[in-house]
Amino acid sequence: MTKLTRRTILRGAVNGAAVGVALPFLDLFLDGNGEALAATGQRLPVRFGTWIWGCGFIPERWIPATEGADYVMPPDLEPMAPYRKQMAILSGFDVKLDGVANKPHMTGNFGLRTGIPVPGETATAPTIDVLIGEQIGQGARFRSIELSASGIERSYSFRGAGSPNPSETSPVALYQRIFGEGFQDPNAGTFAPDPRTMVRQSVLSAVTEDRQKLARSLGAADRARLDEYFTSVRQLEQQLELQLQPPAKVENFTMPSAPAKTVVDADVEHVMVNHKLMAGLLAQALACNQTRVFNMLFSDTASNLRRSASSDTHHTLTHEEPVDPKLGYQQQVAWFAAKSMVACRDFVDALARIKEGAGTLLDNTLLLAHSDCSIAKSHAVEGIPMMVIGGGGGRIRTGFHKAGRADPVSRVGLSLQQAMGLQVERWGTKSMDTNRTVTELVA
Amino acid sequence: MMTKRTFKSPFFALCAGLGLALAGGIGWAQQSQVSAASPAAPPAVEPAPAGGPPVMRRLTESQYRATIADVFAPDVPIAGRFERAQRADGLIAVGSSVGGMSAFGFEQYDASARGIAAEVTGEKRRAQFVPCQPKSANAFDAACATKFVDTYGLKLFRRPLARDERARFVGVAKAAQARLGGFYQGLEYALVGMLQSPHFLLRMERTEPDPQHRGALRLDAWSKATRLSYFLTNSTPDAELLRAAGAGELDTDQGLARQVDRLIASPKLEAAVRAFFWDMLQFDGFNDLFKDPVIYPAYNSSVARDAQEQTLRTIVSLLVTERGDYRDLFTTRKTWLTRPLGIVYRMPVATRNGWEQAEYPAYSNRSGILTDISMLALHSHPGRSSATLRGKSLREVFLCQHVPDPPANVNFTAVDQVSRPGSTARMRLAEHNDNPVCAGCHKLTDPIGLTLENFDGSGGFRAKENGAELDLKGMLDGATFAGAPGLGQTMHDNPNVPICLVDKLYRSAVGREVVDAEGPYLDYLATTFGASGYRVPELMRAIALSKTFYAVALPAVPAKTQTAAAARKGDRS
Repeated sequence: MTKLTRRTILRGAVNGAAVGVALPFLDLFLDGNGEALAATGQRLPVRFGTWIWGCGFIPERWIPATEGADYVMPPDLEPMAPYRKQMAILSGFDVKLDGVANKPHMTGNFGLRTGIPVPGETATAPTIDVLIGEQIGQGARFRSIELSASGIERSYSFRGAGSPNPSETSPVALYQRIFGEGFQDPNAGTFAPDPRTMVRQSVLSAVTEDRQKLARSLGAADRARLDEYFTSVRQLEQQLELQLQPPAKVENFTMPSAPAKTVVDADVEHVMVNHKLMAGLLAQALACNQTRVFNMLFSDTASNLRRSASSDTHHTLTHEEPVDPKLGYQQQVAWFAAKSMVACRDFVDALARIKEGAGTLLDNTLLLAHSDCSIAKSHAVEGIPMMVIGGGGGRIRTGFHKAGRADPVSRVGLSLQQAMGLQVERWGTKSMDTNRTVTELVA
Repeated sequence: MMTKRTFKSPFFALCAGLGLALAGGIGWAQQSQVSAASPAAPPAVEPAPAGGPPVMRRLTESQYRATIADVFAPDVPIAGRFERAQRADGLIAVGSSVGGMSAFGFEQYDASARGIAAEVTGEKRRAQFVPCQPKSANAFDAACATKFVDTYGLKLFRRPLARDERARFVGVAKAAQARLGGFYQGLEYALVGMLQSPHFLLRMERTEPDPQHRGALRLDAWSKATRLSYFLTNSTPDAELLRAAGAGELDTDQGLARQVDRLIASPKLEAAVRAFFWDMLQFDGFNDLFKDPVIYPAYNSSVARDAQEQTLRTIVSLLVTERGDYRDLFTTRKTWLTRPLGIVYRMPVATRNGWEQAEYPAYSNRSGILTDISMLALHSHPGRSSATLRGKSLREVFLCQHVPDPPANVNFTAVDQVSRPGSTARMRLAEHNDNPVCAGCHKLTDPIGLTLENFDGSGGFRAKENGAELDLKGMLDGATFAGAPGLGQTMHDNPNVPICLVDKLYRSAVGREVVDAEGPYLDYLATTFGASGYRVPELMRAIALSKTFYAVALPAVPAKTQTAAAARKGDRS
């Protein structure tokens, strides 16, 4: 019997496909590099997040004609032009199905996030944000924060099979969760630990006391579920530990005010508003160490976005709108695809707006933006559009377009994990099992 | 009345896939065919109990709320939120035995636990909830703390606490008092701990050797009481049931029958029937169901809320209050209305605030719950109806069949231009039937859904679509009919409809998939259900009294059990 730790549980769930051992935070990545230090002299943490938009893209309007740094910005990526240097455009990387049934809008997304194509609606292994969170997420109040801007209560962050990390769908609820009860203003100046916090800690340790005995009475599947329960308890314990220490000062932090109530639904104009509000709150939360890992679902993978008074959604349009003979593509679908890139810029703006050390929060963030498919009309999982955005604390290189030439998408996931300090040599299963990183990305 | 459990329906393996965009917030239930061969004559007495594995079920949101209301009081506030429940094989009741618990989920349980404990032990209400008073204002009163822990331990863990558990929570109370100063603050945190415990949040079933069958296992009395109670009341065992469990009465036929009859007769049966149908009808889908306010101005959040309640009221009135025939749910015109609903139904509602009984007029084309706004709107797109989604959900929800996803690569543009003058859904969908790849599945869904086409995407009536007359002819498993009343009557007469209900109700009761060896038992239940005139409370009574309901078989030959489970799960990952 191997020692049962959170890590072995996570890794065990991959069925040995990706065995890696976490190493302590590697200082050499950070130090000797003034940009990773705040003015207070404190080391700035690196953050990781994902940003998803549903229903793919119009390739001829999104993929640059040439590779490398000097590409001409394609029309649908134009909103991202201000971040040209902080963005790597990755085209032509495939999710390999290996005969697995392509569950529309699911298989491509989970394949990209776990390196394993699945035929259903749940991942079978931890998603990449969870793997990276194990490495970089310690010491923040929340292990990760999940957000969904279109009112859909879904999340594509999975701790394992059947275990999604649920998304917040309203800016008001998000604000309450982060800046409500339990939030410590880092610049408040005074600090007095709450004795009730210590009592709560002792309650939790009482709750977990008979863990071993309990586990022995259960079958394997229920034991794994119970382990998940205890992992969640542990995360709350860590929150409480943090609350007993004075929070580290954060430069330029001002407590955000509570957002006004907004309409939460899938009308694209409402979604843009909610998304922007949530991005702003999230950026503040990242700045003051509430979390280091996040997942934003701008639109669901089968995007339910719609324009007011339209009987169609983005998703139904992808299947039912005829190709415009003059343009050569579906005009309304293209509108949503382009709008998604405007939203992506809104999100990156929120990160770039926050000054941190000599740079911005964006410089210390690694953001993977991607869709669930390439051509939504046929649910194609070949060439799913992706962007790697931000500096990742100096651990990642950007500013180019790279064509994947039908290589497995797991190369990107592997590269990001290695950049975030995970000692993992291979990732993915079968045709997606790879030990090749995208060398252009690795700093 | 002969009732065969075997589903007489097309084999969907032949169906290549659905060619329509099946978007929406609902995770499609993946349901396998229940195809265990039935014996020629269904058994009239319960077959020898087979037994499935014990399960560990997480309390659902409605169970958590009902439990707190029953253990403490209905007005004790629950501050935390609940993560969205997962479905497995069409039911949250089954998903609750397989899903995990996220950090968010536990964080929210923590918030609820602290809120409840503060209320229960707070100055205002402690006299109501704390069963004793401390001897001294300063010194820790171990006897009173122990009494408190024992009282709520039994109610929350649904069994007496073990000695070490009692000591642990009394220890928490003592330590908390030492740090915070007050006796009641000590109790507060002992209660927080119990409310956060896996023994409360998860229903862990315990087994014991069955004295009547050497080598066999059965649930222990406390686990029996818990299974029974959540099945018949959707809440925690009450004091009388706990007493009976402690006295060993649930292990005798007579003692069990007394409790079952008591619970079936109690007003709480209604809550159980409601919770089951809310789950079966997938009303959690309303959490992220949106309608375009320009296209459907009458549909708003009041309508969405009342529409669910309307259907649940109709179900409870017919099945519980009137002890009526389940099949009549598909034909009854009796219903319940509020003013917001009246606007969509275009029916006058005299009651200003609240509910009144009503009847769909004969000319309304509405009959049965399939024509309720809840069903029609839930299985539509935000800006239009969907014959395909409606047909698919009907097969999955009421007939326990699985309709596959559309194939990955299909040209869908045939169904374009929804608002083309003179175009109807039938005309657009006809394109699929010319395409053999699509036709296989659309033949299973569309002929059902098209009969409901005179109801728009919000459930409102329409005589025409885009100015064109509607052809409401349809077909289901060989029967042909027209319009919603025809569909309702066909469902009423379809022998698979009650069989599917038996299947779902039993799976909901045990929180897991049916194991193969339980096939004859389900046939027996179906026969019993038919013989009772399809009275759902009678079916619940038959399940609650049966040996099978409490039988446990540990997977002695794991390989075999797993294969059966895998086979039932079909293509689910």
